[in-house]
Amino acid sequence: STEDMEPVNMESMGHPEIYPLVLTTKTQEIFNCRIDEDVTDEQPYKLINKVDIFEDLRNRAAVSDFHPVKKIVQEYPGNELLLVYDKDFKYGLNFYLIGTEEGKENYLNPPEVPEEQEEYKEHIPEDVYVYKPPVSKPWVSLGSEKEIEEESVMESTKQITYMISQKRSEFGAPVKFSDQNASSVKDAYIECTAYPDKNFTLKQLEKDVSMQVIPQIKDTSTQTEWTYPKNATTQYYPREFSEEEKETLKQSKPLVDFLNNASISVEIALQQNEIMNTFIDDWKYLAEEEGTFGDKTDTHLKEYQSFTDLHSPTEKMITCVSWHPTIYGLIAVSVAVRLSFEDRVYFSGKLLLQPSLILFWSFSDPIHPQLMLESPDDIFCFKFCPSDPNIIAGGCINGQIVLWDITAHADRIENIKAGDSRSKKATLKPMFLLEPESNTEAMYIRHCAVSSIESGHKKVITDIHWLSDTFEINRMGSVFENRSGICCQLVTCSADCTICFWDIRPQKPLTPQTTEKKKEESIEIPFDVPSTFLHLDLSWKPLSKIRLSKGETSLDYCPTRISLNEDHLLYKTEDKTLTQSKIVKTGEMNPYHNLESGMANLLKPIDDFCTKFFVGTEDGEVIYTDWKMKKDSETGRLMPKKPVSIHTIHDGTVHTVQRSPFYNDIILTVGGWNMAIWKEGVMTGPLLQSCCAPKMYTSGHWSLTRPGVFYIGREDGYIDIWDLLEKTHEPAQSQNICITMITYIKPWIFSAKQQFIAIADYYGTLRILEIPWTLSRPSTNEMTSVNHYFEREVKHLEYVEQRKNIREQEKKEMELEMEKKKIKTYQKSKEQMEAELKMDYESYLELEKTVLINLGLLKVTEKGSYMDVV
Amino acid sequence: MAEVEETLKRIQSHKGVIGTVVVNAEGIPIRTTLDNSTTVQYAGLLHQLTMKAKSTVRDIDPQNDLTFLRIRSKKHEIMVAPDKEYLLIVIQNPCE
Repeated sequence: STEDMEPVNMESMGHPEIYPLVLTTKTQEIFNCRIDEDVTDEQPYKLINKVDIFEDLRNRAAVSDFHPVKKIVQEYPGNELLLVYDKDFKYGLNFYLIGTEEGKENYLNPPEVPEEQEEYKEHIPEDVYVYKPPVSKPWVSLGSEKEIEEESVMESTKQITYMISQKRSEFGAPVKFSDQNASSVKDAYIECTAYPDKNFTLKQLEKDVSMQVIPQIKDTSTQTEWTYPKNATTQYYPREFSEEEKETLKQSKPLVDFLNNASISVEIALQQNEIMNTFIDDWKYLAEEEGTFGDKTDTHLKEYQSFTDLHSPTEKMITCVSWHPTIYGLIAVSVAVRLSFEDRVYFSGKLLLQPSLILFWSFSDPIHPQLMLESPDDIFCFKFCPSDPNIIAGGCINGQIVLWDITAHADRIENIKAGDSRSKKATLKPMFLLEPESNTEAMYIRHCAVSSIESGHKKVITDIHWLSDTFEINRMGSVFENRSGICCQLVTCSADCTICFWDIRPQKPLTPQTTEKKKEESIEIPFDVPSTFLHLDLSWKPLSKIRLSKGETSLDYCPTRISLNEDHLLYKTEDKTLTQSKIVKTGEMNPYHNLESGMANLLKPIDDFCTKFFVGTEDGEVIYTDWKMKKDSETGRLMPKKPVSIHTIHDGTVHTVQRSPFYNDIILTVGGWNMAIWKEGVMTGPLLQSCCAPKMYTSGHWSLTRPGVFYIGREDGYIDIWDLLEKTHEPAQSQNICITMITYIKPWIFSAKQQFIAIADYYGTLRILEIPWTLSRPSTNEMTSVNHYFEREVKHLEYVEQRKNIREQEKKEMELEMEKKKIKTYQKSKEQMEAELKMDYESYLELEKTVLINLGLLKVTEKGSYMDVV
Repeated sequence: MAEVEETLKRIQSHKGVIGTVVVNAEGIPIRTTLDNSTTVQYAGLLHQLTMKAKSTVRDIDPQNDLTFLRIRSKKHEIMVAPDKEYLLIVIQNPCE
């Protein structure tokens, strides 16, 4: 029952005398302790009589608010109890009752100790900390000992102690131990068996599981019989009909009918194919060559480089230009002094001191020539030997042939391109600082051999050619197979009206020379000159000499250029690989050092060899003649044959007689003020002859890649480029190259995309120009078009000839007619003439009458005389 | 019969004709202007091809039939004229 309930006090908070209470509004009214009316902040307490509380308790019993503290009130010693309003709910409820007198007193009269303590604290300065030793205070229980009591482990039951001891009589006696199985004796041991306690079993309610989806896989296997591969062959032959069967079938009617029917459609199909190829791709055939390299509209020659010899004291002109057959970028020029014949004679003393040179220029060094070949006098023409580019033959102004052998220096010129640092430095200096001595790189190379002065030419050699290595000729001019396999013969023509053939191999001398004579004539040869042609030096005689005589007169033709049948092969650079294989490699025995090797073989004649060649003369004639000598029946001497044809076309010296690189029988001749194209075999005249140009033509050359193009140099420094497919009456284009006369033109192919043309002029400058794409690349079918053109021209010539004949015929007939007429009229007599006159007169009268009638001046019916005309 | 020879000669003399072969229904050559091995090869292969072509045409339209077969290759044109019993093969090198 509620009366047994202990009142709750604030012992735990350190105030055992305080008993919190809840007072309802009713109770507050009864005891006059209403909140904020009787009990305020200033006076939050009220003294309540004990009697009043008892009364309330009697009235309201359990309902009364003081019920919980009934016991305290009963035991309270005093009369008045202090009831305090707990505004802040410090003790948990809105009121509390102080249960002891001391508490009451304390509350009403609070001790002054804390105030003193506060005052004491204010007097202490803040900086100085005065150490106050701790003062022992009575321990105030905060309830911790209760916790300790709860936590501590105490033995709840008292421990039992057992004391076990032996019988006193057995003390010190030896001990005897024995074994005993625990399970055999009953109750010998007590065990606690393990048992699954359900209290401790865990039921797993959660489990981590993961899943993966995979395709359904099924593994099956079978075992089969393995058949191994075997080689098997079948041999068969086709079914065929025998001959008889074939014959019978042929006769059968069905076959005949079938063939008759089938052949119709077959023939239609065949004819369709013959008429036209329907599957042709027009688009593909419409286009020209694919991918032009460079600008198609660019048709000008572009200047690439120019070379001038700056060290020569006198003014020189370039007489001949030749590209090195194998080495890229190497070009050789022969220079001659620019003096007339009189001046030469006048200055001959001074000229002797200057060396005449052939200069080798390389693209890599425009100032210093790479090699300088020395010759006794000015060279007017020279050629590299096709079989060995280290052999050079040149024709001198004095009629001698000069030979050089530069095999020793071959590696020097071959490796020019490999960056000569010294030459590069030299070019940085301005020209006037260059001293002649610094030109130590170029070397003077003396000639190897010269021809004999007496038996050679007497005047300047105008042209020199190496004969092809496929044939050789003898004294008679008969052609044989070449025994040595190399180019060993030369042909020269000179202003002394002779053409000479030379052989560089040692010939057996016709007249035996005594050894004494040889000793006398032996001349000291400098040590650095190769002895390749020592046997020829100064004793070289021509194999045969042909004089171009004009018949009975003492005047002879003066040849300036010749063109042999085989020449075009030497120009063809597409066969470079072929010629290179023929050219001797280092290490092998150079055949030129062993020229006698081939001579032992027998001469094998070649049949059907064309021994005719073209010659251009100083007076502008083009001669087609034969080099084969015939034996004159009367004198027994070898006489040259008469020329096959002579044409005077040009008005000046013919300086170019050249075969086309594409056609063996087309020859270009340039001289004077015009040029002409000839076909070998057509003797009536040139195929094409240009009209007189305003300026004189001084040099010419075919293009090496385009069959219808050739270049002509003029005396005013212009170059005319002719294109036969474009225009035939005038050059296709003209370009200015230099200010003076062009003396030599030589184009050269280096690669499919690079073509150069070397143009030499009268002032000694050699210009290298690049040929543009349009001029170097032949158009499709150009060769056939040019071919057609030439054929047309040939036909035209033939037609002209025929017309000439027809005209002749007609002329003759006309003359005959005239003659006949004259005879007729002469025989008429006088009377006949009068009668005729009368008849004429009468017919005239009739005519007059009809005219007047027609005019209406005379009436038809009128039969009057004509005198009555109105 | 001379007629057969004449017809074949006429066909052979056309411009560009390389060879002519007459084959029977089984693919056995009857007349030829080419050498034996080439003839056999052409006969066998073209016979099969013609059969295939014929059956193709018939499959598409049963009332249709193959009248002529021309095969144009890079080098020449092969013309085949089929019949119930025989086959005429002509090889031509068209122009150029």
